[in-house]
Amino acid sequence: MIRKSVPVLLALLMMAMLSGCQPDEGIVPASDADAKPAYGDTFIEASIGEPSNLLPILATDSASSEINGLVYNGLVRYDKNLKLEGELAESWDISPDNLTITFHLRKGVKWHDGAPFTSADVMFTYRLYIDPDTPTAYAESYKQVKHAEAPDDYTFRVTYDKPYAPALGSWAMRILPKHLLDGVPITKSPLSRHPIGTGPFVFTEWQPGEKVVVEANPDYFEGRPFLKRVVYRVIPDQTTQFLLLRNGDLDYMDLSPIQYQTQTDTLAFERRFNKYRYLAFSYTYLGYNLERPLFKDRRVRQALSYAINKQEIIEGVLLGLGQAATGPYKPDTWVYNPNVKRYPYDPDKARALLAEAGWHDSDGDGILDKDGQPLQFTIITNQGNDLRIKTGEIMQQRFREVGVSVKLRVIEWAAFLKDFIHAGNFDACILGWAGGPEPDQYNIWHSSKTGGRELNFIHFRNAEVDRLLEEGRRTFDQEKRKKIYDRFQEILAEEQPYTFLYVAESLPVVARRLRGIEPAPAGITYNFIRWYVPEEEQKYAR
Amino acid sequence: MLRFLAKRLLMMIPLLIGITLISFVVIHLAPGEPTDMQTDLNPDASAELQERLRAQYGLDQPLYVQYGQWLGRLSRLDFGESFSLDHRPVMEKIRERLPITIIINLLSIILILAVAIPIGILSATRRNSLFDRATTVFVFIGFAMPSFWLALLLMDYGGVRLGLFPIAGIRSLGHEYLSFSARIWDLVHHLILPVFVSAFGGLAGFSRYMRSNMLEVVRQDYILTARAKGLSERVVIYRHALRNALLPVITLLGLSVPGLIGGSVIFETIFAIPGMGKLFYDGVMMRDYPLIMGVLVIGAILTLVGNLLADISYAMADPRIRRS
Repeated sequence: MIRKSVPVLLALLMMAMLSGCQPDEGIVPASDADAKPAYGDTFIEASIGEPSNLLPILATDSASSEINGLVYNGLVRYDKNLKLEGELAESWDISPDNLTITFHLRKGVKWHDGAPFTSADVMFTYRLYIDPDTPTAYAESYKQVKHAEAPDDYTFRVTYDKPYAPALGSWAMRILPKHLLDGVPITKSPLSRHPIGTGPFVFTEWQPGEKVVVEANPDYFEGRPFLKRVVYRVIPDQTTQFLLLRNGDLDYMDLSPIQYQTQTDTLAFERRFNKYRYLAFSYTYLGYNLERPLFKDRRVRQALSYAINKQEIIEGVLLGLGQAATGPYKPDTWVYNPNVKRYPYDPDKARALLAEAGWHDSDGDGILDKDGQPLQFTIITNQGNDLRIKTGEIMQQRFREVGVSVKLRVIEWAAFLKDFIHAGNFDACILGWAGGPEPDQYNIWHSSKTGGRELNFIHFRNAEVDRLLEEGRRTFDQEKRKKIYDRFQEILAEEQPYTFLYVAESLPVVARRLRGIEPAPAGITYNFIRWYVPEEEQKYAR
Repeated sequence: MLRFLAKRLLMMIPLLIGITLISFVVIHLAPGEPTDMQTDLNPDASAELQERLRAQYGLDQPLYVQYGQWLGRLSRLDFGESFSLDHRPVMEKIRERLPITIIINLLSIILILAVAIPIGILSATRRNSLFDRATTVFVFIGFAMPSFWLALLLMDYGGVRLGLFPIAGIRSLGHEYLSFSARIWDLVHHLILPVFVSAFGGLAGFSRYMRSNMLEVVRQDYILTARAKGLSERVVIYRHALRNALLPVITLLGLSVPGLIGGSVIFETIFAIPGMGKLFYDGVMMRDYPLIMGVLVIGAILTLVGNLLADISYAMADPRIRRS
């Protein structure tokens, strides 16, 4: 038996390899013009990680927050053009002194268990966030509130000590049901496994390690979502996700640059999927530890920026799917300042600046030196992010060409933060920040935020930036705010405490049977409840 | 035999405590803490929050106090609550993940034995034949081939292109609407590729081991005697030689027991199987101390029990071991 089975198995394997069969093409949609919105069908997407906790106040991972986004609502949200609009709040008034915000809540909204939503829920949620016994990582914005009150069932009012411009956006936090959580220790609540919200989808099932399922809320206040069911499968490997997608087992995933550029450019793929690309709210940078004598000289930092070929990194690492970053804001937002000083790739200028700063190759070994010390430093980055590692390798090569010797060290995340970043024990690091529509950068750049575990770990101190950041937080008027942040970006561009490297693109792909997708500055998922599958193309009956 | 057993069982207790102590110290030596996941690089997380979380998890206590508390709980068979954000009992999490890992590993051991033992015997009895050489090449390919690569290959060809097998997961969407028998088939269908991949690498070791044992045994005098008596080759090999050649395999089987729960991170990740390997890996990455310790303790107990079972089987098979 064995004698036979081995060759048979081998033959099967060989056959499979040689066959080159095309995948099942599944449902190929008709033209968009014929499509009519219809209720029904299941939408399947995958998440790399298992959600941790479906109580938004406790969850910090993206899988949980994505599901929570379907089950819960906030008072406000960002619309397709990244402007704040009401969600559970119908409207709001801001007092002339910018200190008080009064939210007028929607009437007739119901929790998924049928209980009515009122201002008592908002009040309860606010108190829960600032309760010292709540182990939440999101309390800081709500601690700025001096006084909160709920004068009636549909009004909620908060007053701040001083004007706080990010305040309104902070009320996008998800509101929790008082009647189900009051008196229960928050970490013991059954809602962490079985959420009950006011959102467009109702939680139905969570199979640990496998999937989370939510179904359309027929009573949703903005109208019932077209899609009947959404399934989040936990697929920890991105290659497996991609195979599932190609097989038609997934309707949505975020592609990597290589998948976008080289593995999905076939006609067969494009007949079944729509690919999208837009700039993500994040950027990657090379940050210099300004406590190190080498980086105290601005000319050295500027020289290093001139020595880096950002376009080469974008082509090599992102396969062209990104843009050069010039500051902390992404280029297509209102706050972005296009007129700051730029650092095009110019090795001669880099050499000249370094020479001006006193660095010369006196011993002819190809490495610049000063007072007998060679110009060398180490760049650290975290393990598990290939794009950053490759970015480091490309920069290393370019630095070498201007006479700077650079070592690259890749360190496991926890050790990276604890032993290097928080301890201030590094020369330079490659990292990235993810942001959002709110431009406040106080925590990253203000000189008061250079403490042990704080975010200004490169120790950037600039009195004018401090003043601008404080003012930016207090200014509600967008035009005035823009002037403040324009100046802030000019200073960063001049000082180069970071070399801002690139803004990568998000590369989502969606099965073509899904309609109603309208790309906008906010991406594609902002109108998810209006996505639909025409009746004749629906794939899942149940 | 009873004395032998009692002695072995008693020896296991200090050994187990030693293992837990070393594990406890080692995982606490690794940089980073479970609370870091919530607070690191988070502008909203203040220093007080960090301290409060540490106190909540008992991380502000000296290490020996933490270990003492943990050991105290363990003596009541309480593995504590996970430090991850879901705060669920460790036992519950392990119970959810254990069955699938045990099923896959058991099936893969059975598959390995069912294929490797006959290959080993035939290779030994037909030494240097075409079959022997071909299987040598085949098993070494299996040994050398990274399991993730084999898995991806099979998923791509067997799953996407030929559509013979499901690509990932352990059940189909809508599994709950199927009839009982269809559900069983659905599960089996999903398990074929993972079990094959998990067994493939093990085939080489076991079949080579079986082959060399067999070669050793057939050189013994009693085999010569058996042959001289005029017994058929079949009887000589399968009745006399095989029994002795199989003995050392028992040890290997004993050592495979911890693998039954350890699972494999790689194939569980690739096939999206919610098993112990992935649970443990995520636990380590998140510094979820109670979970890590829970899995390690169960693994240690199983290793010790596996060794004990192997020793008992040995002692039963060979009286000299009992006496010594």
